[in-house]
Amino acid sequence: MSNTVTNSEKKNILKKIFFSRNLGDLIFERLTLLFAVSVFLLVILMGYEMYHGSKISIEKFGWSFLTNSTWDPVQEIYGALPIIYGTVVSSLLALIIALPLSLGVAIFLAEVAPPWLEKPLSFLVELLAGIPSVIYGLWGIFVLVPWIRNDIEPYLSDKLGFLPFFRGAPYGFGMLAAVLILSIMVLPIISSISRDVLRSVPRLQREAALALGATKWQSTIIVLKDAKSGILGATMLGFGRAIGETMAVTMVIGNRALISPSLFDPSYTMASVIANEFTEATSEMYLSALIQLALVLFVITIIINALARLLVWSMERKWKTTL
Amino acid sequence: MKFRSIVSAIILILTVASVAHAQLQLNGAGATFPAVIYSKWFDEYKNATSVQFNYQAIGSGGGIKQVTEGTVDFGATDGPMSDQQLAEAKSKQGTDVLHIPTVMGAVVVCYNLPNVGKGLNLDGAILADIFLGKITKWNDATIKKINPKLNLPDKSIAVTHRSDGSGTSFIFTDYLFKVSKDWETKVGKGTSVNWPVGLGGKGNDGVAGLVKQTEGSIGYVELAYAVKNNILYANMKNKAGKFVEPTFQSVTVAAEGSSKDMPADLRVSITDASGKDSYPISGFTWLLVYKNMKDEAKANAMVKFLKWAMGKGQSFATDLYYAPLPKQVVKMCEKNIATITANGKKIK
Repeated sequence: MSNTVTNSEKKNILKKIFFSRNLGDLIFERLTLLFAVSVFLLVILMGYEMYHGSKISIEKFGWSFLTNSTWDPVQEIYGALPIIYGTVVSSLLALIIALPLSLGVAIFLAEVAPPWLEKPLSFLVELLAGIPSVIYGLWGIFVLVPWIRNDIEPYLSDKLGFLPFFRGAPYGFGMLAAVLILSIMVLPIISSISRDVLRSVPRLQREAALALGATKWQSTIIVLKDAKSGILGATMLGFGRAIGETMAVTMVIGNRALISPSLFDPSYTMASVIANEFTEATSEMYLSALIQLALVLFVITIIINALARLLVWSMERKWKTTL
Repeated sequence: MKFRSIVSAIILILTVASVAHAQLQLNGAGATFPAVIYSKWFDEYKNATSVQFNYQAIGSGGGIKQVTEGTVDFGATDGPMSDQQLAEAKSKQGTDVLHIPTVMGAVVVCYNLPNVGKGLNLDGAILADIFLGKITKWNDATIKKINPKLNLPDKSIAVTHRSDGSGTSFIFTDYLFKVSKDWETKVGKGTSVNWPVGLGGKGNDGVAGLVKQTEGSIGYVELAYAVKNNILYANMKNKAGKFVEPTFQSVTVAAEGSSKDMPADLRVSITDASGKDSYPISGFTWLLVYKNMKDEAKANAMVKFLKWAMGKGQSFATDLYYAPLPKQVVKMCEKNIATITANGKKIK
């Protein structure tokens, strides 16, 4: 059958395939669709693999994995509550410190700074984002922790010791050190993305506000309102970095699965536990519990991202109705 | 034309590949603690015989896993495989896994008491109570009693330990397990345990960093690490009641002391060893090899290498801060090495 197709006909078909715009568009469309779907599939596959790997641990512990606070590899009892607590609290506190700072940086860079200052400053902020986390960890051990131990913690326990947050022996290593180092690490991410978001707000918005007699401050507020969802996205990215950060945190947090209100006490995070214990985990149940920990981290990340999305949507809707 | 060029390209690739393959290569993975001496050994051995060993220091757990799955030619571990793990490996690989001790390491108890300096004495019961959080002050009566000459401060003890799973922790907790009933029931032994008190540091350098920075702290690191970094460490009271300073010699002596009642498979802990001069917190690190290997060339190379490691290899140990095996143990290893077969045939 194929013999009936002559050479010239073949060439024509080929020409059609390669030079017809429609087909090119089609291939392009399908290809990009494939890429987009593959991300989706990857997430599902990761979730499934983790679920599969942690099956025996899930079967044995069930929900008590999330509520039990003993993590004992010898007795093979695994409860992740203090580790989940440490992860979420350290990341949230880091965000609380980093968000206003990075917003300040972003507003200054996008709205206020003269160009000769803005360029080098932006460069430095981006440089901060590129430093490997182990360097932050080393800096934490040798600079931040001694400083916390000798100055910050004695001061805090002296002035605010009546609060449960600032009690205990000042070792330097602990939740406070982890929170501070995380806030420094997420600051460049939030600020550089927020700066880009602020810049992408049309100039007309500012000019209109100024023309109506608004002050610089008032026009900035309007720009910030426009950039709200973008800034929230930047914050979520920062949160993602904080919650998954392993090396720098494990070097300063004290690595003890403990729920304590005091910021001076050691704590532990999920990513650190996995990194620390995975290599030497020999029993099946132990490995399974560590993978389940990864699954919990995965789910928490998804929940937080979903919440952020919802928040952005609801804000956008409000914004539209008030317009 | 095209066909010919493709064929010639394939031939070229095959010849290159076969040239590369001519050099025998054995792959292994496992413990990080002996990685330094293993890479020295493999390097020296390659220069001498052109047999190449690839070793990946992925941790003992990983080593045991890969040996069980049969993805490597040999493994390495700091803690011996359990009976259950051995049975699993046998059912999957159809052959026994042998434990061959290669060198020894010791764990030293380091502390930071600037006004006390060198020469702190400790014993097992006190150490266990400190790490259980029962003894909390340096001038506790029990510590004072065995350190009559030292002026111990009224300072609280800051306990530090390893946060990552490690053979060092295994040896340390194995010792406390043997000397303290309380430790046995409350904590147990393992590469990671549920520490009752203290701060965790990642790796030897992490613990050493915690101890160096925190006055009044106590922790444990590998002997090699402590020697290299000039960290203060305590003399431990051994089973014979003598306070012994950790040195390569006192570690080797400890293995000598317990070699009499070692089981034939050499899966044995030598913590709290008998013998007048033996240091009590030490342990072997093992290579895991298959008793019957399917590839004859590899089996030959493995056996030759193991014999070399027991002989000339041991002379590299002290320079790299490991304790060499005592003669009795080397003999027992050689006996086990001789049982390795290739497809059921003995290896000459």
